[in-house]
Amino acid sequence: MIKRAILALVLTAPLGAFAAPASAQDAHSTPVPPKQSWSFAGPLGKYQPAQLQRGFKIYKEVCSSCHSLSQVSFRSLADAGGPGYSPAQAAAVAAEYKIKDISDAGEPIERAGRPADRFPAPFANEKAAAAANGGVAPPDLSVMAKARTYERGFPWFLVDIFTQFQEQGPDYISALLKGYEDAPKDFQLPSGGNYNKYFAGHSIAMPKPLSDGQVTYDDGSPATLDQYSKDITAFLMWTAEPHLMARKRLGLQVMFFLLVLSGLLYFTKKKIWTQVKLHPEQLQARPPTEYKH
Amino acid sequence: MSGHSTYQPQSAFMKWMERRLPIAGLVYSSFIAYPTPRNLNYWWTFGGILSFMLVAQIITGVVLVMHYTPHADMAFNSVEHIMRDVNYGWLLRYLHSNGASMFFVAVYIHMFRGLYYGSYKEPREVLWILGVILYLLMMATGFLGYTLPWGQMSFWGATVITNFFSAIPGVGETVVTWLWGGFSVGNPTLQRFFSLHYLLPFVIAGVVVLHVWALHAVGQNNPAGIEPKTDKDVVAFTPYATSKDAFMMVAFCMVYAWFVFYTPNYLGHADNYIPANPAVTPAHIVPEWYYLPFYAILRAIPDKLFGVLAMVASIVVLAFLPWLDTSKVRSARYRPLYRQFFWVFVAVCLGLGWLGAKPAEGGYVLASRILTFYYFAHFLIILPILGKIEKTKPLPNSIADSVLSEGVPIGAPAPAPRAGASA
Ligand code: HEC
Ligand code: HEM
Repeated sequence: MIKRAILALVLTAPLGAFAAPASAQDAHSTPVPPKQSWSFAGPLGKYQPAQLQRGFKIYKEVCSSCHSLSQVSFRSLADAGGPGYSPAQAAAVAAEYKIKDISDAGEPIERAGRPADRFPAPFANEKAAAAANGGVAPPDLSVMAKARTYERGFPWFLVDIFTQFQEQGPDYISALLKGYEDAPKDFQLPSGGNYNKYFAGHSIAMPKPLSDGQVTYDDGSPATLDQYSKDITAFLMWTAEPHLMARKRLGLQVMFFLLVLSGLLYFTKKKIWTQVKLHPEQLQARPPTEYKH
Repeated sequence: MSGHSTYQPQSAFMKWMERRLPIAGLVYSSFIAYPTPRNLNYWWTFGGILSFMLVAQIITGVVLVMHYTPHADMAFNSVEHIMRDVNYGWLLRYLHSNGASMFFVAVYIHMFRGLYYGSYKEPREVLWILGVILYLLMMATGFLGYTLPWGQMSFWGATVITNFFSAIPGVGETVVTWLWGGFSVGNPTLQRFFSLHYLLPFVIAGVVVLHVWALHAVGQNNPAGIEPKTDKDVVAFTPYATSKDAFMMVAFCMVYAWFVFYTPNYLGHADNYIPANPAVTPAHIVPEWYYLPFYAILRAIPDKLFGVLAMVASIVVLAFLPWLDTSKVRSARYRPLYRQFFWVFVAVCLGLGWLGAKPAEGGYVLASRILTFYYFAHFLIILPILGKIEKTKPLPNSIADSVLSEGVPIGAPAPAPRAGASA
């Protein structure tokens, strides 16, 4: 049967050849982001709390002036499998933010943030955000790490199932942050645009947000663009998938359980069927049957 | 073919019950003593797997609804709320979204099994057609469900698919407006899609009952494609089929768990993590993988109306398969030519699936056209002719004989479990 399948594939291969010129034709000039090694990749992947804390510092000091993080609550900073802050530290972070609310007297007020609040947006609304940023509103970053990808192509999209490669989003974000360059001479950069190698169409409304030495780390990690881009991306992966570590840990337990169970069931099935196949004489006689036909 | 042992209630209560509601007897005759051909291979375990997946989807779905909000302004955030704040919400959601894909994996295997072994032939036509209806209902349910997170692909997928109806001459636009509940996809659309997405799985469950009823009326086909004649040809459903089904179901769950726990977003689209935005059209609007072959057929035809008709026809043609295939022999095992064409057809379906994910331009369109033509030719030209000209191999005298010729010793008829022992 396998042979037949191969034969069939060979028969249809010429059709693939037809398609080949098309793929060359639409090969856009956006390069594929380089593959990074991420601590959270693979079946045993884990976030590194120190890295997430550094990333959070970058978000707070740089990105938060333009980007919201509206799905993320302050209390989750203290959740297991995250940046590893204590509940008191998370509450202290919350208290640094001003949250719009309504007072008991019904007046609009601003109060200090509480752990249950979510990160407030830097702009009152999308129009204000766009107006302040050359007409393009900076997108919310909560699930950004899962909202960007690039095409893997054949056969990699199949290989990825087995290698569990799924870090296209993080690879893209870290490449984007490092992808600012001078526009090539023949490139017409629209006004308000910045040239970025990895951005589709290359003209991005976000000015280069990070450069070497911009953020001071407290843990002695190198204050380089390279390190920044990895750290903020890891943090954004956590905001996008806060239960990744719990998921992978439970996955291992479930896989182990299913493996043992399927082994037991396989041998049970084998035992039951061996009786039919090998020792029919040992089987108990069939009870009288009713014949329908 | 022989019948099977009947249920003998043992306890006084079961005797009392059996006279009033013979449900134990029904279970006994359907899932315990029910005779199944002794030569069934693992491809026959997918019906059971499908039943399991239907139950899994209903259970995870009902719990998700407890936390989900079907409103255009809140749906996306409520899904993120499930992913973040609900205990094991991420697990529920990933089980349900990957479960839909696994459901389709299983149904495609189940259908190709039917195609290979000729399970659609007399007397199983109605069983097969009920299967085609189930498949259509599954496609509708999957599509409706995909709109619920209200991401970019939800929104634009819903826009593209509902726009098919605008191809209907004359009343097209009116029908589309009616489906949308407005002049574009919006909150009314989301709310009705949610309602229908909750409803259809129960319709599927109802049709599954008919499907299994039809199955039990005609009995299962088997790899030899000949009917059981004596007790030697069959084994009791329990423990034989049950143990085989249980093993395969757990093995299948391992594939399912792999996706859920390790690559939960592999089968989805990154764009669906961007909230729906009517003002921004995504660069490529691509349906979920299980619709891709049909999407390729749709786009292969330059005319919108005929494209939609071709797409509908590509599924409807399955319902006519029992009459399009003119061969008297069921199983591809004894049909050397059909077996080759079967694998070419599998490759064509995979090819169409691949093309469905590609942009509709240049060589891709040409390739889609060739494969679309072949898809229909398989049913409308090849199968009718093949049945008339193919020289089939001699069929075994009985299922027991065919098992014997595979080198497995057989002897006495297989046993049935002691009556009442497990009921
Ligand atoms: C001065 C405001 C500003 C700051 C500071 C800023 N951004 Fe942006 N960002 C933008 C704007 C505006 C866009 C929209 C760009 C576009 O679509 O052209 C954007 C887009 C993005 C995107 C999406 C790109 C895409 O593929 O669509 C990412 C990712 C991103 N920013 C990450 C960051 C990170 C990480 C930081 C902090 C290190 C940051 N930004 C700081 C304004 C800002
Ligand atoms: C909701 C989806 C479905 C469920 C739950 C389901 C369930 C089942 C079950 C439990 C069986 C018996 C076990 C087996 O033979 O595998 C079966 C048999 C069968 N099904 Fe389905 N099915 C579904 C969809 C379909 C579809 C889409 C088709 C084809 C278009 C189909 C065609 C058949 C046929 C022909 C048989 C008899 C097979 C034989 O005996 O050789 N089914 N189904």
